[in-house]
This record gives sequence, C-alpha cells and structure tokens, in this order.
Amino acid sequence: MAQAKDSFIEIESAVVRFAGDSGDGMQTVGERFTDSSAFAGNDIATLPDFPAEIRAPAGTLAGVSGFQVQFGSREILTPGDEPDALVAMNPAALKANVEDLPAGGMLVVNTAAFKKMNISKAGYESNPLEAEELRKKYHLVEIDFTSLTKEALSESPLKPTDKARCKNFFALGFMYYVYGRPLEPTFKFFQDKWGKRLPDLAEANTIALKAGFNLGDTMESARNRYQIAKAPVDSGVYRKISGNEALVYGLVAAAKQSKLELVYAGYPITPASPILEGLSALKHFGVKTIQAEDEIAAMGMALGASFTGKLSVCATSGPGMCLKSEFIGLASITELPLIICNIQRGGPSTGLPTKNEQSDLLQSMFSRNGDSPIPIIAAHSSSDCFDCAIEAARIAITYKTPVILLSDLYIANGAEPWLIPNVSDLPDLEVPFADSNEEYVVYKRDPSTLAREQAIPGQAGLEHRVGGLEKNEEGGVSYDPNNHEEMTRLRADKVNVIANSLPPSELFGDAEGGEILVLGWGGTYGAITSAVRNLRTEGFSVSSLHLRNLNPFPNDLGDILSRFKKVLVPELNMGQLSLLIRSKYLIDAISYSKVQGQPFKVSELSNKILETIR
Amino acid sequence: MKTVLPEEENALNKKDFVAPNDVRWCPGCGDYAILTAIQRTFPELGVPKEKFVVVSGIGCSSRFPYYMNTYGFHTIHGRAPTVATGIKVANPELSVWMVTGDGDGLSIGGNHLLHLIRRNPDVNVLLFNNRIYGLTKGQYSPTSEVGKKTKSTPLGSVDYPVNPLLFALGSESTFVARTSDTDMKHMVETFKAAHAHKGTSFIEIFQNCVIYNNKTWEPVTGRESKSEQSLFLEEGKPLVFGAERNKGIRVNGFEPEVVTLGENGVSESDLLVHNTKMSNPAYPALLSQLNYPAFPTPFGIFRQLEGRETYENAVAQQVTASQSKQGEGDLQALLTGSDSWVVE
Repeated sequence: MAQAKDSFIEIESAVVRFAGDSGDGMQTVGERFTDSSAFAGNDIATLPDFPAEIRAPAGTLAGVSGFQVQFGSREILTPGDEPDALVAMNPAALKANVEDLPAGGMLVVNTAAFKKMNISKAGYESNPLEAEELRKKYHLVEIDFTSLTKEALSESPLKPTDKARCKNFFALGFMYYVYGRPLEPTFKFFQDKWGKRLPDLAEANTIALKAGFNLGDTMESARNRYQIAKAPVDSGVYRKISGNEALVYGLVAAAKQSKLELVYAGYPITPASPILEGLSALKHFGVKTIQAEDEIAAMGMALGASFTGKLSVCATSGPGMCLKSEFIGLASITELPLIICNIQRGGPSTGLPTKNEQSDLLQSMFSRNGDSPIPIIAAHSSSDCFDCAIEAARIAITYKTPVILLSDLYIANGAEPWLIPNVSDLPDLEVPFADSNEEYVVYKRDPSTLAREQAIPGQAGLEHRVGGLEKNEEGGVSYDPNNHEEMTRLRADKVNVIANSLPPSELFGDAEGGEILVLGWGGTYGAITSAVRNLRTEGFSVSSLHLRNLNPFPNDLGDILSRFKKVLVPELNMGQLSLLIRSKYLIDAISYSKVQGQPFKVSELSNKILETIR
Repeated sequence: MKTVLPEEENALNKKDFVAPNDVRWCPGCGDYAILTAIQRTFPELGVPKEKFVVVSGIGCSSRFPYYMNTYGFHTIHGRAPTVATGIKVANPELSVWMVTGDGDGLSIGGNHLLHLIRRNPDVNVLLFNNRIYGLTKGQYSPTSEVGKKTKSTPLGSVDYPVNPLLFALGSESTFVARTSDTDMKHMVETFKAAHAHKGTSFIEIFQNCVIYNNKTWEPVTGRESKSEQSLFLEEGKPLVFGAERNKGIRVNGFEPEVVTLGENGVSESDLLVHNTKMSNPAYPALLSQLNYPAFPTPFGIFRQLEGRETYENAVAQQVTASQSKQGEGDLQALLTGSDSWVVE
C-alpha cells in the first residue's frame, strides 16, 4: 500500500554509504551527513574509505572514494556491516560498492555519469543501470544530479564547471530528505568555510543542497522517508570527534595536567599526519612542533626534548615505527619519558597505506634489540584516543619510560559523538624533577614505581651523562656482568609494576564466567561489543573483555581468562594478541583473524562466536 | 648586605669540567688534546656549568660526553644532530655542543647533519676527522683517500671521499671552520669563535688515530711540514704562507694558484684577501678545496655569516606570536569546539 507523502517510517538505525570519484567530495558530504545526524541527536559511527592516490584517473575503480555512516536511536558502536542506502556518483563507484548493498537496498545513482566512456572505464560492457537483475534486486533511484544542479544554479555567477561540482551537495540534500535530516548544520558549514572568502560558492552550495532536498519532496520514487529518534545518551555537552583530533586534544590536555611544555616532532605519514598538522595549529597552547627530516630524526628530537624535561611526543605509522626502533631502545635504556603514537595501517612494508589493520602489536612488543620491554596501550575508539593520550602521558612521566600508544586508521579517521570532559575533572599528572639540594644518583629508584628521578639540564649540581651504554646505579658506564643483569631485570620489573596502578578490568557480561570470553583490543571494540550484545540478547552465555593495556597486561587478566571455557581472540592481524595470551597464560586461546584492510562485520563475529561455542 | 665574591672564587676552571670517569681512549690519541682544549674553553665562555650539554653519536670521538662533567647525552650512531636539535629547541638557554666523527657525521648521519646545518640552531658541531673507522678497528671512512688500503679495502678504496667543509657549505652553513688536534691555541680560539656565533657552527678538526691511521695529517700539520703546507686564515689579511712568509694564493679566472711574492712582479696586492662575511659561498668553497699536496691546507674560520635567525628562536617566536594574537590557549574552549550540542 502506498504511503502518504511526508509520512515517516520509524526505524532504529540506518547505514548510508556515499561513493564517487576521489575528487567528487564524498568525504565532505559523508562528514556533513554525520554532523547533521549528530545534531539530530542520533548516535553515530563513521568509516571513511579512500584510495592511496590523491587523484587516481577519474572514473576508474582505483579512484573510488567512499564514506559510510551508521546513525541510530540506540548506541551505535560500528559504521555498520552493510549499507541500507548507497549513493553512487559514477559507474566505478557503483561497481566497487554495489555488491555490499543487500537486496532491496536503496540505490541512488547519478545518471549523468553513466555515459559510454565511464561505463567502460569501470569495466562494464554495457550500462549496468539497464540490467534487469539490478533493477529487480534494488530500489533504484535514478537522478541526473549534474543537470539538475546546473539548472538549480542557473542564476549563480559561478563558472559552469564550478556549478557542476556542487552536485555532491545536491545529492546530499536528496539523502537529507530521505532520512529527515536537518539542513541547518550544513548551511552553517558553508558559511564558516566559504562565507567570507568565496560567498558565491557558499550560496551555490546552499541552493544545491536545498534543491536536492526539495527534489525528494516532489519525486515519486523517494516517497519512503525514514525517521530515527534521538539516542538515549547521558546528558552533557557533546561534539563529534575523530581519533586523530582526540589524540591531539589529549596530548595538549596531558601537557597542561603535567605542567610540562609539549614538544612534538613528526614526519608526514598516512594516517598520522593530521596529528602533526593539528598540533602545529595549537602553538598558542605553548606547543612546539618540528617537522623532522625523517622518522628517525623525529624520534631523536623528541628524545632530546625529553632529556630537557618536556612532554615529548612522536606519532607515525608502521613503517615509521620500524625506523624509530633503535631510538626507542635508547629511550628505554636512558629511562626518559616519551610517547610514541602508532596509527596502524595495513602492512608489511608500505602495505595498504589507506586501509586498516591492527598488526603492529608484536612489533611494539619486540622490535628492539636486547631485552627492552616498554609499556603499550591501545585506544578502542575515536574518543578513547583522548583518554589514552592522558594515560600514556601518566605512564611515561611516572615511570620514566617510552610508551607506545596504538591507534589505527579506522579509529583515526572515523568519528563518533564525544561527551566533552570537564577540564577540572582531568587527573593531575605532575611529577617533580630531582631536588637540586640533594645528591643526585642517576638510577636510584622509587621503591614502588621503580622509576628513576629525572634531573634536567640547567639544574645546578645535578650534571650527569646518559647514553646507550649500560650504566650502574650512579650513572657510570659499566660492563659488569651482574650489574647488566640487575639493570635488565629492573627495567623489566619497572614495566611490570605499572599493572599495579591499573583499575580492575571491566568485563562485559558474566563476571562469574561462562561459555566463552571474546577478548579484543584496539579498534575492534565496537564490532565485538555489538556482536556480544546481540548474542546476549538472544540468551547466549557470551562475554567480552577489551584490553587497553597490552604491556603489562592487567593483574586480573589471568583470573578472568580462567573463568571461561573458551577464549576467542578476534584481531585484524594473523593472531598477535592470541600469541601473547597463549604464551603468558598457557591457555588455548582461539585466534580469529581478518586481514582485508576492512573492519570486522558484526555478523562475521556473531557467526564465529556461535561456531566456537557449538 | 650582599657579599660579592671575588671573581677568582666564582670563576670556573678546567678542573670543573673534568668528569670522574677514567678516560679510555688509546694512549696517544688525538682526542685527548681536543678534550683538553674544550675543558680549557668552557670556563672562559661565561656560561654557568649547568647550562652546558654535550651530545654525541657513536664512535671513538662520541665517548666525549662521558669525560665532560656537564650534562651529556651519548646517543646512537649518526643521530646526534637530531637529539641536539631537540634539546636546543626545547630549551634555547642551553649551550649545546655536538661531537661526531667522519663516519658518524658524514656516513650514517650525513642526512641529519645536512638538516641540522640548514635549520641553523645554535649548536656547535665538532667533527673529528681521522679518515678511518677506529672503534670498529680500522675500516675506511667516507673521508678516506681513494686507494686507501684498510681491512675492508685490501686492494684500496674505490670510493671518492666527501669534503666535510664543502658539505657544510653546500648545506648553507653560517659558520665553517677547520682546526687541528696538534694546535691547542688554535683549537681554543676556534671553539670560542664558534660559541660566539649565533647559529650552527661547523668545525672540522684534523684528528689523529694513533692505532689505525697514524700520522694521516702529518704531511700537513707535522712540525716539518706545517709552515709550508698549512695556511692560517686571518680576517682582512692576504692569503700568505710559507716559512719565509713569501708564498700566497692568487686566483686566475676561477682557478686558485700558488705564487711567490717578489717573483714575476707578484706582490701582496695580487693575493686573495680573507673575508669570512661574503654571502656568496664561492670563496669559502674555493678555500675548502685547497688540498695537499698541490696547495697549503687552510685552517681557521672559512665563513661566518651573521643575521640568519636561529631555528630555536624562530620556533619560539611562532609560539609567542600565536599567543599574543590568539591569547593563551583555553583547553576547555578547545575541547568544546564550535559545533557542540547539548543533551538535556
């Protein structure tokens, strides 16, 4: 039965994917759709997916850029397994994405781009929109976005080519109609971005967005409209935040809370560059940033700054971590505080620079020569990067050690709503330097943290030398065999006692134990928690635990693992955490691996969990 | 009333800079003389002892920080320029001295040295050049001569060597000098000038490895040959050398030539006059290529350019400028941003 115009169908959540050429502005419209949904009070999670090439040849599969967002009236933990609606701006975008769209899904295409040349560039032999199968399988909405946009902008002073470029916002306006999204946040975006500099462009995009929205109103095929209620969330002030933004803010907050100057040294690398760029724009916070000549230099500069008593930070990705290894060893033996962020991507080598993986855990653990353990923590979501930056700083400053903070491309680029913390609630991270009035013993340790005191250049009477050669307690070079063994053990013990400062682990599910524990770390949190939540609703005895501290593990981990009949470890690698768990706790942890550059789907995890307990 | 101590009691002396550790270079190593020269220089600079930081890489020379009773950082092979840069940027008030060798600085660390010099932080670089790998027991280095026979080049080296001073000039160094471990007075003078220069000072020190490359500089700096084979540069003075002070350097087109004063009508007015302030690098580059045996080897300051901002000041000025323009950062405002929403 046909529904009346403007009547909404109430749904709990929806997944929309925008796909087009990398120059089509798909990331921009995806982000706007996200902002508008957050503004509407929905919970959100996003997955930007773009090629490594900045502008691959137009119209080709290599150049397809996509952005997926899930929004809902319940807690949204992942960007969604598959889209409910796909917007394909050209044949290549259709080809690259249509297989992910389930039967009955809404398929919106820009018919203007389905010309002979584009069709063959995408590898189709004939126009795919004419295929009976496609028309039957999907709810196809064919719109000539290009012509309609030009028409809507007939009065605009923009050049014809610039007018055509506004078609992405026309398409966005159409999708706003379908999902009942508010337009105001996007109007504000146009004004903020172009209002002063390019007012004609701001005006044209405003018109295009409105025209797209109005088209929905007049179009038969778009008659179904969906409504998603506000998500029930804690009261407070929220914003949308990506992982890299949260990391930048967390580092600035950590500097303030430790009363230390922040010195950041980095080298451009995907997907960590936004951290260098973000901190470079915050010099009014007293932040000093250096773009170094290479990854090694960035690490050396940060370590030099650390020696002078600053909060020093580097961020990079896997290949950069390889280069920094020798310096991380030096930071370990000199026992200087330092935060090294690794925004993981697909490896090995250059690997998949714009695709996701969490395969640098063993590198973080073991990539240095000698016995050189260092603390490792991992963020589990975009907003968690803020808390992890503060936690990494706490560990580094308190224990005088380099700390590796693992994030990943998916967390770094993806966004979610964030309950903005009150600065007055942030922890105090201040640790005093050595006292100038007392005799300074370079490697004398605090009995509980086993950390040495740090004296910094400029402090009279505390002159001392640090370096890569093994030292005795007084700081002298020592080749004494027993001293080396003692210092090696002390460095390891110091890392291990960090576990004493951690809060009890937060288990999701049955505290007393049960059939299966799903153990995860990092960016798989949303997918694992969603799968476990769904299965628990269905009555299965399934629990999950997500680790933030990967070295050392929390003290209660062994006990928790022992309460479950089976332990399943899903990871976007070949089984790195499961290897560590098996070796440390001598249990038969079951590894579940995926290395396709894409996150886990909730359905994949649910199936694997069920298969494991059956 | 405040008691003013007599200057003698306040002043630092060489002893203050001697670390308690035993010095473990080979007996007869040129490094001892350089260590003494630095320990004599530091008390005369008017810098409080706790403000000195000595940074090094890896190699015989890089053990230097352990023998100086100052703050020190013995880092990793080739990377001292990066640590020195980090220290200086983080705390511009420190007097940072970097010790490196021909292998550490020009082979594994060549890239970092290039970028240190071009950024121009106020770091004093001492490059000990002995044309050999000493700590690894005698392989050829990037400054070894073509044909040099070493353990790793039994048939002679086929690598063309790098010229350290030309490298520094190519990196647009604002202070380039050369001295020798055989000349205590000249070393101290050169180090003082390096300290006075605001910006990266690059000093090549001819240094003798007594075990693996003994007397490598003897033909230039030896007692017998010094007067004929060394050319001491003095600002504003013509390039004159020789036991009789009767030889000089003249240019013929772009080519330098050795001439004898009083012969063929040559007088001092025909000679090049030393000038460290030329912004064009052609003259110091020409000097850097005066090599044994065809030419006397120049010692002293090749180039000293004033006026280029130091890296640490440029970085600090951007912080200050941002703060005066935007006000000191407000963390709560940063976290809240401009697109937040309230959930009741």
